[in-house]
Amino acid sequence: MADVKAIVLRAAGINCDMETEYALELAGAKAKRVHINRLIEDKTALDEFQILVLPGGFSYGDDVAAGKILANQIVHHLFEPIQKFIDEGKLVLGICNGFQVLVKTGVLPGDNSTKRQEEVTITYNDSGKFEDRWVHLAPQTKKCIFIKPGRKIYLPVAHAEGKVVTRDTPTLEKLKSEGHVAFKYVDENGKEGNYPINPNGSVDSIAGLTDTTGRVLGLMPHPERFVRPTQHPRWSRLRQKPDSDGMTIFKNAVKYIQENF
Amino acid sequence: MRQWRFEVFNRSGFSDVHGKSVSEDIRELGISSVEAVQSAKVFLIEADFDDGFAQRLGKELLTDPVCEEYYVGRSGAPAGLAKATLIEVHLKSGVTDPVAESVMAAVADMGVKADNVRTARKYVLLGEITQSQTDTIAKKILANDCIEDCVIGNEAEPPSPHLKPYELQIVHWPIRDLDDDGLIALSKEKDLFLNLVEMQTIQKYYQQLATEPTDVELEAIAQTWSEHCVHKTLKSSVDMSIDGEQVHFDNLLKDTVFKATKQLNKKWCISVFVDNSGVVEFDADSAICFKVETHNHPSALDPYGGSATGIGGVIRDPMATGMGARPIANTDIFCFGEPDKKLQDVPKGVLHPRRIMKGVVAGVRDYGNRMGIPTVNGAIYFDDRYIANPLVYCGNIGLIDKSKCFDNPQAGNLVVVVGGRTGRDGIHGATFSSGQMTHEYETIFSHAVQIGNPITEKKVLDVLLQANQAGLYEAVADCGAGGLSGAVGEMGKELGVEVDLEKVPLKYAGLHYTEIWISEAQERMVVAVKPENLKAITKIFDDENVESTVIGKFTGDKKLTLQYDGREVAKLDMEFWHEGVPKYSRKAVWKTPQLAEPSIAEKDNYNDELLQILSSYNVASKEWVIRQYDHEVQGGSVVKPLTGVNNDGPGDAAVIQPKFNSDRGLAISCGMNPLYGDIDPYWMALAGIDEAIRNLICVGGRVDRIALLDNFCWGDCTKPETLGPLVRAAQACYYGAMAFEAPFISGKDSLNNEFACEDGTQISIPSTLLISAISIVDDINKCVTMDAKKASDLLFIVGETKNELGGSHYYKINGHIGANVPKLDLKTAPEIAKRISAAIAQGLIVSCHDCSEGGLAVGLAEMAFAGGLGIEADLRGLPRSKDCCRVDAQLFSESNSRYIVEVEPENYDAFAKLMLNLPFGQIAKTTEEKTLIIKAEDGKNVIESDLDSLKQAWQKTFSW
Repeated sequence: MADVKAIVLRAAGINCDMETEYALELAGAKAKRVHINRLIEDKTALDEFQILVLPGGFSYGDDVAAGKILANQIVHHLFEPIQKFIDEGKLVLGICNGFQVLVKTGVLPGDNSTKRQEEVTITYNDSGKFEDRWVHLAPQTKKCIFIKPGRKIYLPVAHAEGKVVTRDTPTLEKLKSEGHVAFKYVDENGKEGNYPINPNGSVDSIAGLTDTTGRVLGLMPHPERFVRPTQHPRWSRLRQKPDSDGMTIFKNAVKYIQENF
Repeated sequence: MRQWRFEVFNRSGFSDVHGKSVSEDIRELGISSVEAVQSAKVFLIEADFDDGFAQRLGKELLTDPVCEEYYVGRSGAPAGLAKATLIEVHLKSGVTDPVAESVMAAVADMGVKADNVRTARKYVLLGEITQSQTDTIAKKILANDCIEDCVIGNEAEPPSPHLKPYELQIVHWPIRDLDDDGLIALSKEKDLFLNLVEMQTIQKYYQQLATEPTDVELEAIAQTWSEHCVHKTLKSSVDMSIDGEQVHFDNLLKDTVFKATKQLNKKWCISVFVDNSGVVEFDADSAICFKVETHNHPSALDPYGGSATGIGGVIRDPMATGMGARPIANTDIFCFGEPDKKLQDVPKGVLHPRRIMKGVVAGVRDYGNRMGIPTVNGAIYFDDRYIANPLVYCGNIGLIDKSKCFDNPQAGNLVVVVGGRTGRDGIHGATFSSGQMTHEYETIFSHAVQIGNPITEKKVLDVLLQANQAGLYEAVADCGAGGLSGAVGEMGKELGVEVDLEKVPLKYAGLHYTEIWISEAQERMVVAVKPENLKAITKIFDDENVESTVIGKFTGDKKLTLQYDGREVAKLDMEFWHEGVPKYSRKAVWKTPQLAEPSIAEKDNYNDELLQILSSYNVASKEWVIRQYDHEVQGGSVVKPLTGVNNDGPGDAAVIQPKFNSDRGLAISCGMNPLYGDIDPYWMALAGIDEAIRNLICVGGRVDRIALLDNFCWGDCTKPETLGPLVRAAQACYYGAMAFEAPFISGKDSLNNEFACEDGTQISIPSTLLISAISIVDDINKCVTMDAKKASDLLFIVGETKNELGGSHYYKINGHIGANVPKLDLKTAPEIAKRISAAIAQGLIVSCHDCSEGGLAVGLAEMAFAGGLGIEADLRGLPRSKDCCRVDAQLFSESNSRYIVEVEPENYDAFAKLMLNLPFGQIAKTTEEKTLIIKAEDGKNVIESDLDSLKQAWQKTFSW
């Protein structure tokens, strides 16, 4: 079987690239961290990879708004290569800041015909501050290849701007009916709720979105921070080693490429 | 060229989070007439583009398409609202504006060049407010005088950003013919903070040279000789009188703290007290660097900027240790005045403690989080004596290749400055922080405040790690205290160096050569590069848009030569500059204070006291702070700062896994208790050491690999009665380190933490010694946390409870200090630590909690509510001294070396066997009932409370 090759995009202020690279390798991919300048210099540099990950961090300090400056850079220099990457049936994953970037470029929710990028955004948490806490996530869609339908996962969030907002109710209804909602924040029993179950006040408890193809996923929580049992906040209380929930997302991605490429 | 103005508001229906928080702050200030606050972002862009592009810019870049809307030009007051007050907050000219830099780059991405970008914040206050209320709001909430200007009203224009270019004028400060008064006057006038003996030494040097110093020479000497840089007090010889008995130290540091390190001579200590951080072995290939610094004075003036640059600065210490480490964890310990202080009781020139606390936390949060370094350990102490001198300790831990722990600059190497540009920020930081603060400091020393940009530092870190791996430089230093003067001077100490100051890249025109040399502008590193490697290293920097500039070279002539446009502005002998500082002898006095134990009536029940201690500022949950720090970035978190069934119990120490592919861990903790210092700083220091070590042991740290750091924060140590307590604490550091065989590997002091109020009264901080500790964890899978794990387990306390309520929280809530401060037993303490560590390694302990502030009762309560399990305790099982017979002492005494451990019944025998001959006893068992019950020796319940009430008391204090 050919190697599954993943690229982890670096840029000024990106800071979760090393652990994301490690998670991809654990899942069986060959991963490489590449600075965005290299992609801008050589627009074909993406071609050798099948998985593109935009990791967490504070790209360009989150100046103006989270992910905005990097999104602007991508829109003006890399939009076509990334569009081509998606059109070729490859996978894109945006985590935290990477999710913010994907939304602010319009890659997510990703229906260009309706200009979705003006209808969905990610903004300041209702709490008004950065928070690091663990959340339960319930999958909402069957179309996203990163997700195992029906399996709740437990991951940490760490952000100040993670509240998903839609311009109006019809937009929200459309996101739901077309299967764009990838994950919702729920409690341990799978029920939606207020803060801190929904840590940022996202509409409809949305924690992650997928595009029309189901091959692009963006989410605020950090799957790369739960790839070993000892990263679980209560591992020392558990009789049995907990499953490393974050790995499901990376493993599904690698498996998809192995089966389809 | 046209200046475009954009204002960005929240669209109606989307909440204005920033405006809301300002609104709350205004209410907290006691102003109720402000009904609402609307906030807006302002961008001022100088560029030649047309209206069409301006609309695109507004729409595509500056505004969120869903939540926000923009206005090109000045929007004016909202229609129909007569009672609106407009305030705009602009950065003072020259202050770093990271957002502006990003916008400039983004505009370029859109294909247009902007000449200048500035940003501001605009507030619309709705409601009937007076002029003086407007001023108060502007000054106390919206802006910081040090770095920002407020423009009130709609018409006033923001300050101009344009500065005049600089024309060289070499200035001499004649010194040779001055008398003593003249020398003192010169030192004062130029803010050199040098005393008479130092000024005389400098005078003699120039008399021998038969020249007069230039301004930059004197400034450079003042920086290098500052207390902040050279630690003259700790290195001075001291004659100490302890209750009349005379003791002499040739060099205080070498005869106490460092002596232990030397005598212990551990082979795993790689580099101690010499580099920017202490370095100890981690495993066969790697080592750990650890440094803790303080940033007290800047944080008092500008809590956000001061603490941000505090953490930013200490991160650069491991980055500049040896050939450079990769930062892997931050620690932060703060001391503040009590946050409920009335505004009118805060001295003039001092910010309110609540504002200081919020600002300091936000500064550390924003810098640490943006750097992508987890903040894993910390503590906060409150005492009104910190009101004018808050303490901000920032620590950083780095991982370094064992083969790269030392650098090797050589003559002929080029001096290359990397990263941020040099500006006027942070001038006189080192000298300023060495002096005492007064109510006028706010205005006089505003230029000492530095403004950080973490993304610049992150970029520098990214490229330096690559250049290090490629072996492209010979040495690295960070521009911290003293700026280029400190960094280049230190690196060229043995060699000599020549620098062309006009080559240093500047943030803006107009800087004097002295300002360039001593500015403490942030995010700058200096590397020594062989000429043949310059091209390769420059490519690495350029590839990620990091600016680098050759500014000089190392010469081998053992002189500092500074030039500006080809003219020499300074020439100094390296030896005089670095070693010429006169050695001091100081006097110190310690008189054991005459203190007595209070008489407090015994009670039948201590529920109220327990609740009061749990909710007291020092003990209460700091979750509000902890969650604002990213403690999991880098993916190495093993024991998190919050732990337990609801992820919210108070962990004793943090454990991280520095390498993805190794189960070896690093435990990180701290210990501090300024209250004990009011009785005796000797016992305070030992308690701090024992507490830091207990915390490490509790999570599974190895007992034979503990390394310590000391950070002394004291008042004015030229006063013998202030230096005396410091000497006491330093002596204790020696004995503590020897007893535990735990060497000190690095340290720092911040003296002169005093404040002269307008009325002449003097506020001095309590003697404050922070002990930070690290140890190796052999196998992270064996780590233990403090939360009770399951019902029907046995709880033991190991270590004797003595009648030691002096300086305790129990006395504090009763308004007393007492006399019986906890006295560490140097023989038993290490033995207990050793056995607990062994029991954890053998898997005999399922939870372990340090028994400290608030004593046994607080320790049990914390284990219970963190684990969501009841505890039924019986004080008959308590190993105690004979005189510890009162119930309140048994519950709340803060005796050292005590651990509460949970053991499964089947391990009883093995555990008891391991603890043989130590003071230990079974005092409790865990239960399904969600209550904490403590029975006194007579069998009566002295504590009986449901867990919810206990936890609520503990959490409500900081549920901000």
